Amino acid sequence: MMVAITWAEIIKPFEFEFFRNGLVVATIAGALCGVIGCYVVLRNMSYIGHGLAHAVFGGYAAAGLLGINLFLGAGIWGVITALGVTSIVRRRPIGSDAAIGVITTASFALGLALVQLYGSPGRSADALLFGNVLGVNRTDVWLIVVVAVVSLAAILTFYRPLLFTTFDAEVAEATGVKTALVDGVLMVLLSATVLATMSVMGVTLIAANLVIPAVVARMLTDSFGHMLGFAAVIGAICGFGGMNASYHLDVASGPTIVLVASVFFIAAFATGGRLRQRAGAVGHAH
Amino acid sequence: MTNPNEVPPTIDLRTGRSPEPTETMIEASGLSVDYGGPEVLTNVDLTVEQGDLIGIVGPSGSGKSTLLRALLGTVSPSRGAVTRKPGLSVGLVPQVENIDWDFPVTVTECVGMARAKGWRTPWINKSERNAIMTVLERLGLDGLERRHIRDLSGGQQQRMFLARALYTDAAVIFLDEPTSGLDVKTRHDVLHLLDDLNGDGLTVVLTTHDLNGIAAHLPTIVCLNQHVIGAGSPEEVLVPHVLEQTYGSPMEILEHGGMRVVVDAPRSPKAVESA
Repeated sequence: MMVAITWAEIIKPFEFEFFRNGLVVATIAGALCGVIGCYVVLRNMSYIGHGLAHAVFGGYAAAGLLGINLFLGAGIWGVITALGVTSIVRRRPIGSDAAIGVITTASFALGLALVQLYGSPGRSADALLFGNVLGVNRTDVWLIVVVAVVSLAAILTFYRPLLFTTFDAEVAEATGVKTALVDGVLMVLLSATVLATMSVMGVTLIAANLVIPAVVARMLTDSFGHMLGFAAVIGAICGFGGMNASYHLDVASGPTIVLVASVFFIAAFATGGRLRQRAGAVGHAH
Repeated sequence: MTNPNEVPPTIDLRTGRSPEPTETMIEASGLSVDYGGPEVLTNVDLTVEQGDLIGIVGPSGSGKSTLLRALLGTVSPSRGAVTRKPGLSVGLVPQVENIDWDFPVTVTECVGMARAKGWRTPWINKSERNAIMTVLERLGLDGLERRHIRDLSGGQQQRMFLARALYTDAAVIFLDEPTSGLDVKTRHDVLHLLDDLNGDGLTVVLTTHDLNGIAAHLPTIVCLNQHVIGAGSPEEVLVPHVLEQTYGSPMEILEHGGMRVVVDAPRSPKAVESA
């Protein structure tokens, strides 16, 4: 397979509306996942992002079968799953990784079963699992724009409580921050992000979009505010670059976006001792 | 040996440091905490007055941290009650062992996050930056505001969290094992700083396992082992029968330069007899 190299070939896909839609969604989704991913990574919740994406697939399939709005159904399902995991961990002696493993894989399995029995609602099962530039429509564009604007507003409004709760939940609560509310807001934002990102990333690869830009950004700075900014920019570049690669290589968009992000990680990791030291810091954060 | 029943049910922790009448900041009465299992604290009565500097001591698992959290309000009593002065703002300096030192925050970001209530801009504005600088200067941390928290010494890290608590305008500051992991000199500095702040009117409550390095220097000590064994000045509390009840093993008190020094009692038959 030969990669297109002439300028005409590079700009050719921009003629197609489906590609422009996909590019907009992938770029905004990259920035959004980068920002939300910072909180996910710093709270050691990477696995919850992975699990939620799978759980949402079950909600999507069930919503299709019941004939209700796919996004609404999947979104509500995602929030319920996130809150379910949280409450199981609080009340029962099960570790959060085990609780996530049980609930989200069960939901994913339900989704797979429903898709096999009744067919895939809205788009193909492959597109749902791995993302597909051809499957991105105007609804997806509006969905990501709305989710990104709402998330940005929420993060600006709750910036300090979110930072305080993420860094030091106990002291935040002692100081009067409503940490349960803050955690709830973050869960809703995470669910909405996963849902809006599903069309380009596919449920199996969303977690990488949440984790990799945030981890690379962490390696570049020791400031939280800068980390959010770097992660947004890196995520957007990965989305943009990955979507173009997807078209030219004729590979599903989820994998190409993750591969571009991985190149960023390898570059950051290879760029000297100080950066590498910080990479170790992210990996060993408790 | 003393009968535990001789411990009075309500202990007034007023230290007599300030001659003017003081105000009750926090009061625990009949406080028990069980976390849904066996009781960790039983029937604790404790009053924190304005201007107090109180050290809670006791062995591991004696409920020191739980008492601190119950007074703070992050742990709910299973019986009894904790009453705080209406509108009281409190600050907590966490144990350094509980901090994620790889978290990406600079000193300014760390102190600034404490003002999290109400509408705040994400960025720290100029007047806030000035206020943060004032607190940092007060604690000898000026010039370090752009440092990452990991790039501070142990004493500086401890003072940074003190700065964060002070920046919220807390009237009562709680410190959980503030000197664990610090060397002798740094421990001494932290103790002096707390004493200075207390002299300025700040009420301080801390837990410590360090009887000689910390507790013996404080005006008020509470000996805790599920319930309050004794409370008062070092002269009143650092006595063999209270310490033995608290720690469950015999201890002796030596006088050295006007200070009380607690040592493990030698386990010879003679020592057991004299204890």
